[in-house]
Parts: sequence; C-alpha cells; structure tokens
Amino acid sequence: MHRVLGDRRAIMILLGPALLLYTLIMLVPMVWSLGYSFTKGNSIEGFKGNGLANFTRLLDDPAVHDALWFTLKYAVIVTAGQVIAGYLLALLYVFFLKKASALIRTLAFFPVILPTVAVGLLFQKLFQVAPQPGPVNSLLNAFGLESIDFFGSASSAFWVLIIMDIWRSMGFYAVLLFAGLVDIPDEVLESARLDGASGLRLIRHIVLPLSLPVLMSSLIFSVNGTLKVFDSVVALTNGGPGNGTTPLTLYMFQSSFTYSEYGYGSAIALLLTVVCLLVSLAVYRVSRRDNTES
Amino acid sequence: MAIDTLQKTTSTGHKRPKQPPLRAARKTGGRLWIRLAVAVLLVIEIYPLIWMFLTSVKSNSDYLNNSTWSLPTTWEWGNYAEAWTTGNIGLYVKNSLLAVVPALALILLLGTAAGFALQIMVWKGRNLTLLVFLAGMMIPPQMILLPLFTIYFQTGLSGTLWPLILTYTGTGLPLTVFMMATYYRTVPRELFEAATLDGAGILRAFWTISLPVVRNALLTVGLVQFFFIWNDLLIALTFTNSQDLRTVQVGLLNFTGDFGATQYGPLFAAICINVFGTLVIYLFLNQKVMKGLTSGAVKG
Repeated sequence: MHRVLGDRRAIMILLGPALLLYTLIMLVPMVWSLGYSFTKGNSIEGFKGNGLANFTRLLDDPAVHDALWFTLKYAVIVTAGQVIAGYLLALLYVFFLKKASALIRTLAFFPVILPTVAVGLLFQKLFQVAPQPGPVNSLLNAFGLESIDFFGSASSAFWVLIIMDIWRSMGFYAVLLFAGLVDIPDEVLESARLDGASGLRLIRHIVLPLSLPVLMSSLIFSVNGTLKVFDSVVALTNGGPGNGTTPLTLYMFQSSFTYSEYGYGSAIALLLTVVCLLVSLAVYRVSRRDNTES
Repeated sequence: MAIDTLQKTTSTGHKRPKQPPLRAARKTGGRLWIRLAVAVLLVIEIYPLIWMFLTSVKSNSDYLNNSTWSLPTTWEWGNYAEAWTTGNIGLYVKNSLLAVVPALALILLLGTAAGFALQIMVWKGRNLTLLVFLAGMMIPPQMILLPLFTIYFQTGLSGTLWPLILTYTGTGLPLTVFMMATYYRTVPRELFEAATLDGAGILRAFWTISLPVVRNALLTVGLVQFFFIWNDLLIALTFTNSQDLRTVQVGLLNFTGDFGATQYGPLFAAICINVFGTLVIYLFLNQKVMKGLTSGAVKG
C-alpha cells in the first residue's frame, strides 16, 4: 500500500510548486541579502564589492545605536504590557465573567484584526492637539490640565505608540492565555481553596505556576513580533519627531529605499535577524529552565 | 498545545460544572469592582471607534469649531462618497482585492497540497522539508525585500501587482504548510488507502477526498492569511511605486498627504471604510477568526 502513498511523481506534483515558490521568494533572497551586505550600490546603478565596510559603519553609526536601543526598549515594554494586560483580562474572563465572557472576549479581540494603518491614523487624531484638541487632550483640559503636544517630543510619542500597540493586541493575548487558564483542572483550584488559599494568594501560588507554559509561549511570540515593529510606527509617527521613534526595521527601510543604499540596508536587516534569533533563544532557554523548576 | 485547549473551551468548556473558585474571597466587594473594570474595558475598546464614526460624518467647520465630544450638527454622508472617489479609496480597495484574492488562492492551494504531501504521503526527508518551511517563519521580512526588489525590477514585473501576489504567497506559505500538515495529522491515512483501492489515483484522492475533510481548516487558515495580507503595509509599500497600484493600506497612509490634511471628514470616512470593512468579516466569523489567529500564533 505504501507504494501508492510513496508515489514520487504525485509527491513532486503536490509539493513541487510550494517548495519552488518558497525557495525563490524566501530562501534564495535570504542568502542573496547576505551577499548584498558586502556590497555598495543598488539594483539600478549596479553593485560593487565593499568588503566589511558596511559592518564597520554599522558599529559606528549613531542612528543604528538609537534604532537598536529604541527597538529593544519598545520590545521589552510592549511585550510586558501585552502579556500582563492580556493575563489580567484572561483572569477576568475565567474567574469573574465565566460563561458571560464570550461577548467581552469578542469585543476585546476586535482591535487585533483592524488594519494597523487605520488604527495609527485614528490614534494620531485621538491624541492630537492641533488644529483641534483630540479626545485625550480634551479630557486633560476637562480635568484642568494643559494640553500636551504628544507628537512634539520623542518621549511622549513613544508612549502613545506603546498605548496604541497594547490597545491593539491585548485582546489577542487575553484569548491565548484564556485557553491556558481554562485548562487548569477545577479539582486543583478546589483543593487549594479548601487549604485556605484564596484571591491573590490562589492566583500567585496555584494559577500562575500552572499557566507558566502558555505564558512563556505568549512571551516568545510577543518578543518576536515586537522586535519587527514597522506598520504601527510608520502609521503613527513615521519615525519622528526627528528620528526619535525609528526602530531598526524602519531605519533599514529608509536606508534602502530613501537613500538607495542596498548594501547598508542589508547589513541592518542582518543585524535585525541576529537580534531576533538571540532574543528568541534567550527567552526559550529561560522558559525551559523555569519549566523544569516548577 | 494551546490549540487543543482552545478547541476544548469552545466545544466542551461550557459543560464543565461551574464552581466559582474565588467565590469565598470576592462575594461582596468584588462584584462592583469587576463591573467597573468591565465598564472601563468596554469604553476603552469601543469609544475610539464610535468617535471615529461620528467624526467621519462631520463637516470640516463642525470638526474645527465644535467640541470633539459633540455629535455632528449636520450628518455629512457625502464624506464617504468623497473618500471613495476623490480620495481614491475605491481604486485602492480594487488593487488590494486584485492582489489579495489570487495570493490567497495560491497560498491555500499550494500550502494544502504541500501539507498533504508532507503529512499523508510517506517518503524519506519529509521531516527535514517541513523544518525548512518552518525556518521561514523566523526570517524578518526585511531580509528578503532588497533581493526581491532587484528580481522584480530585472524581470520587468515592477509596475504590476505580480510582485505583491508572489511575495504574499511566498511569505504566507510557511505558516500555511505547517498548519495544514497539522490538520492532516488528524485525518487517518487509511482513508486515502481505501480510496486508492477503489481505483482513485492519489492526486484524485487529494482533490476529491481530502479537501472536503479539511474544509474547516481551509476556512480558518484562509481567514488568518486574509487578515495578514489585507493589513500588510511593509510589502505593499516596497513594491507599489506608482499611485495606480497602491493597496488600500498604502493609499490610506498617503491619504493625509494627498488629500486628507485639511479634509477631515473624508479622511475619517476613509479610515472608517477600512475599519468597518474588516469588522464585518470578523463579526460574522469571530469564533473562527479568534481560533485561527491564536492557533497560528502558537504554532508559529
């Protein structure tokens, strides 16, 4: 029977097209991009060898340092915010809303599917000060506070970005973590309650350790996504003011397409790839250690 | 792992005897506090959208002179017509559809066939091949943009929607192949062995027998990929250099500069068209969307 399921011609017909396209669009360009990082020029002017110049420049470029720092800072804060807000929502769903949570889950999830560009433009207007104060500044005024020009300084623009991205994604992590929490057997919770654990103590000593695996996979997923942040920055601040909110992804895009420096852009892309790999590896190792302890 | 738990919650979760685990701690004080939390949550999630909608039907002078909280004094539905035609949102939606529909069809067809070949068929090296596909999920898209730009430029594909269709298909395949292979794991191989005994070729068994079996999975994966592609900015921004080719996300991004800087009503109308368009799909299929996106996430 395995003759039929091992039919080489059929395997080629079924797998071939996908493998070919995947190789042409993903694998070949990846290696090609590595090659670009040793060159100078672009696809219109042509390329010439440049040795390690792109990498030495990468090390000295203050804009790269700023972008890398921004990327890491953003990734840490948004990851923490997404997962903590998601976990609190998930606890709310499981322990307080119970059956009634389906509607709230549906509502809290919908920002996840909205186009980031639309959400970015919306948040620009929610936090704007001119030509007309947006709802946030109006609210500040109502409490007798001065309006804030949120997009006038890099630090306040950064916080609007953080708020927006947590708003966009907390419903997603809530559903993910909800799945982990529902999996905790009722008997365990019951017996812990009989032993006198309740409220925060129950969550801290029973629920939290038991949901650690799903918390860890959320963390890995979130770090991976936040390191690659692009759409929300472009739509909300386009990297400004100055280059105060420019992550590596956007700096790579600007170097490549605004200044047509393909070699340098590829070197930045490589740096980004290495950062993603290192951080995922680190989170993965930490998560494995924690799992064996608990 | 989480996909199982998720399916369990949606299918059997409500049958489980409900014993409130924290009842003792929070009987009196807790209720009010929880209601407040839910109310705040609802306001945070919904108010921005209501505000956006109300602003989309305000006239310019209404927007500039009256409080941002106020209702529209006159309801300017014309803002939508203006966004659609003068603001070119109609054209951008058409471009998006022309790129997304073929890409989605290709992703599903090629990804399902590959998932079938990798999970149901028996051959040496299939685990390695699956791993090679999986590796694609780790690559940041920035890593492939420049070489692809060169390829499309040199093959003369720039200036059409083909770069988008091909890139979306290539980048969508890893997750699709992986998810489809996982779904096929639940389908017994004997089903296909029996079919071939009855005289159907394996290709025919794939087409007429396996596809109906995994049609739920096809819908789920299709939805996940639809939202990824429809909402994409990076790839569309890179490969659409002329205004006539802009997708709806790129068009919306440029809307402020082109047209919306002083035309607030039409700008908000354009945002609304985008937001409510996707919301409609979500409201009809929300369970599937949630399940699909979160299982895609955990597997990725």
